[in-house]
Amino acid sequence: MTDTVPLLDAKSVAKFYGGHIGCIDVTFDLWPGEVLAIVGESGSGKTTLLNCLYGSHALDSGQVTYHMRDGQTRDLATIPEAERRMLMRTDWGFVHQNPADGLRMAVSAGANIGERLMANGARHYGQIRSTATDWLSRVEIAAARVDDLPKTYSGGMRQRLQIARNLVTAPRLVFMDEPTGGLDVSVQARLLDLLRGLVSTMNLAVILVTHDLAVARLLSHRILVMRNGRVIESGLTDQVLDDPREPYTQLLVASVPQVGG
Amino acid sequence: MAEPMIDLRDVAKRFTMHLMGGIELPVMSGVTFTVAAGACAVLTGPSGIGKSSILKMIYGNYRTDEGQVVLRTSTGLLDIATASPREIISVRRDTIAYVSQFLSAIPRVGARDLVAAAARDAGLNEADASERAAQLLSRLNLPERLWTLPPATFSGGERQRVNIACGFAGEHSVLLLDEPTASLDAANRDVVVELINERRRSGCAILGIFHDTDVRDRVASHHIDVTRFAPQTAAA
Amino acid sequence: MTSLDDLDDDRIAYNFAYLDEQTKRMIRRAILKGIAVPGYQVPFASREMPMPYGWGTGGVQVTAAILGPDDILKVIDQGSDDTTNAVAIRNFFSATAGVETTTHTGDASVIQTRHRIPEEPLTSGQILVYQVPIPEPLRFLEPRETETRRMHALEEYGLMHVKLYEDIARHGHIATTYAYPVRVNARYVMDPSPTPKFDNPKMHRSAALQLFGAGREKRIYALPPCTDVVSLDFEDHPFDVQTWPGQACALCGATEVYFDEVITDDRGGRMFCCSDTDFCERRRAAGHVGAPLGSAA
Repeated sequence: MTDTVPLLDAKSVAKFYGGHIGCIDVTFDLWPGEVLAIVGESGSGKTTLLNCLYGSHALDSGQVTYHMRDGQTRDLATIPEAERRMLMRTDWGFVHQNPADGLRMAVSAGANIGERLMANGARHYGQIRSTATDWLSRVEIAAARVDDLPKTYSGGMRQRLQIARNLVTAPRLVFMDEPTGGLDVSVQARLLDLLRGLVSTMNLAVILVTHDLAVARLLSHRILVMRNGRVIESGLTDQVLDDPREPYTQLLVASVPQVGG
Repeated sequence: MAEPMIDLRDVAKRFTMHLMGGIELPVMSGVTFTVAAGACAVLTGPSGIGKSSILKMIYGNYRTDEGQVVLRTSTGLLDIATASPREIISVRRDTIAYVSQFLSAIPRVGARDLVAAAARDAGLNEADASERAAQLLSRLNLPERLWTLPPATFSGGERQRVNIACGFAGEHSVLLLDEPTASLDAANRDVVVELINERRRSGCAILGIFHDTDVRDRVASHHIDVTRFAPQTAAA
Repeated sequence: MTSLDDLDDDRIAYNFAYLDEQTKRMIRRAILKGIAVPGYQVPFASREMPMPYGWGTGGVQVTAAILGPDDILKVIDQGSDDTTNAVAIRNFFSATAGVETTTHTGDASVIQTRHRIPEEPLTSGQILVYQVPIPEPLRFLEPRETETRRMHALEEYGLMHVKLYEDIARHGHIATTYAYPVRVNARYVMDPSPTPKFDNPKMHRSAALQLFGAGREKRIYALPPCTDVVSLDFEDHPFDVQTWPGQACALCGATEVYFDEVITDDRGGRMFCCSDTDFCERRRAAGHVGAPLGSAA
């Protein structure tokens, strides 16, 4: 292990909605190349936590620090907005459950992928376009569809386009909110396979919210199990899922229908 | 006597079944043994006694409730029982590989790609990993026409061979083998025996469960009877 | 009981240039702010004017705020002094401010324009007031005002290039031919109003003060004299102005100007002439002649 500092460090993160607990007492660290799954049922606080980490919600208490590309570790609550937005379009990605939330549906696939590049100063049309077509192939979309609008894409294609749009700047950390939710099973399988490959080749760190334990098992190294806003169990994914300690975790694992084989 | 690569001291494991009112099932206690580099230790004992659980505890797949499970890595000693997830992930990459009884079939990925991925995880570059995967699959007599197909549709024996290839794809110095020959025919059992003995000669420490006594006898350097670690039944 | 006939002009008195002095001060403050931050859209409390939105109320308010009794006003609409809008607005200021008006670009101190910049280069001391429908260049790609304000504040203009990229992907070239976005003073991206892109170079380092008023959208922005105004483009698709090789004004023969197309008969006959009517008149007065009418355009 050559890294000496975690990429992201969350300490005692808490968020309340009036008297209601969104999430509380969440502490963990994330290292480069690690995939962390946050699982739980509806209302567990997993999406609240994700949004707190990403910065969409302000924390009510606790701290999240990030190890920037320049080597400094910064408290995310204190970085200026311009810097935060720059971070979000260069070193971070966010894959939404509904791809329409993470794409510009009215502009072409090429423009969607190229947007981050253009936002960061790219001014050569030919190069932007070839980078975009390159990425379309990497996410298994025919390069000829680079000028098509996402409206003409299927759900699975839109999701893969969203992934390309996020990864074009080689981010080190990607947040994913139920990336396979709403997709047909075979489409899910293809997407998960793609994600596994990309995570591995690009050494991405991922914070992945999902209610689907199979997705967590396939993609993640570590897992946080949440219930009622708290992390009730955490550890190595295969260990937590194969040898669950907490009653709730055992219940969750036992509830997953086993497909034959 | 070579330094132990695997060193278990007073290891205990129990399951607490909360969904059944919190019943505690003791699995074993006081487990103590070592496996040295170049040795192939075989766990023996009746079926269901917890041999697989021991392998899983060493791999970090199961929690260890008491005791120490110490592995010798390239950077020193690591107690799996108390190691962080990050350390365990690292050790699985560099030091220890596990061939389980069941291959969890990842949809869509072809057999050769699966084995190549395992080799890449262990540090090989893409070209070498692919080559190594081809070599292993050939040795294990997996027909080439199957190499691009996902193992989900394979027979038990075919899946097991992919499993074995994945386990041997890297250059891990510790190998855990759980019934690696259960569904194989004689020719392929021979291949597995060869693979194991090659690894032993290169200094690997191997801990295995072999139902097949013939294979067991050809690879084992010694036996470890786990019966004495099992919970004592009430005096009959 | 008084009848309308009893009311004489003294009873209906307008303040100079229609707006009250407090309103003029408010607009001038907005203008000064705009000049201080070139290209930045300054919100202002746009007033009800005696013409509907979409008829130049923004430009009229800016002009009203800056006019003085010694100013000479020219009003053009698509380059022409004699269209309905130009005439109506010129008469409006005649009636409410009593200022001298002119059709000669060179003689005017204030020029209010809809959708064209005069061909004759402007000089120091002149003010060009543009009528602007939609001041926000990013509006069509980002409908949220909250988001576009943030983008301007944080200088995040990637989206602007997304629009240009789309044009090239769809049409093979940047298809925007009017209201072509520009970057001002290397900071703000601005919509120059729906002037043809042909006119964009005229904004760059103009000696005149350029003011922009959007009445319905309630925004004012400005370019102080000699400001850098650069049209957005790509390295491999650089900005270029429209040209019409072989085309000349049928009346005065000018070639490097923006043309109007005039249909002359029911058989598809047409002629092209200068969109800037004053410019064309001056050339004719100086002896230039165009190609004979009826010859192939």
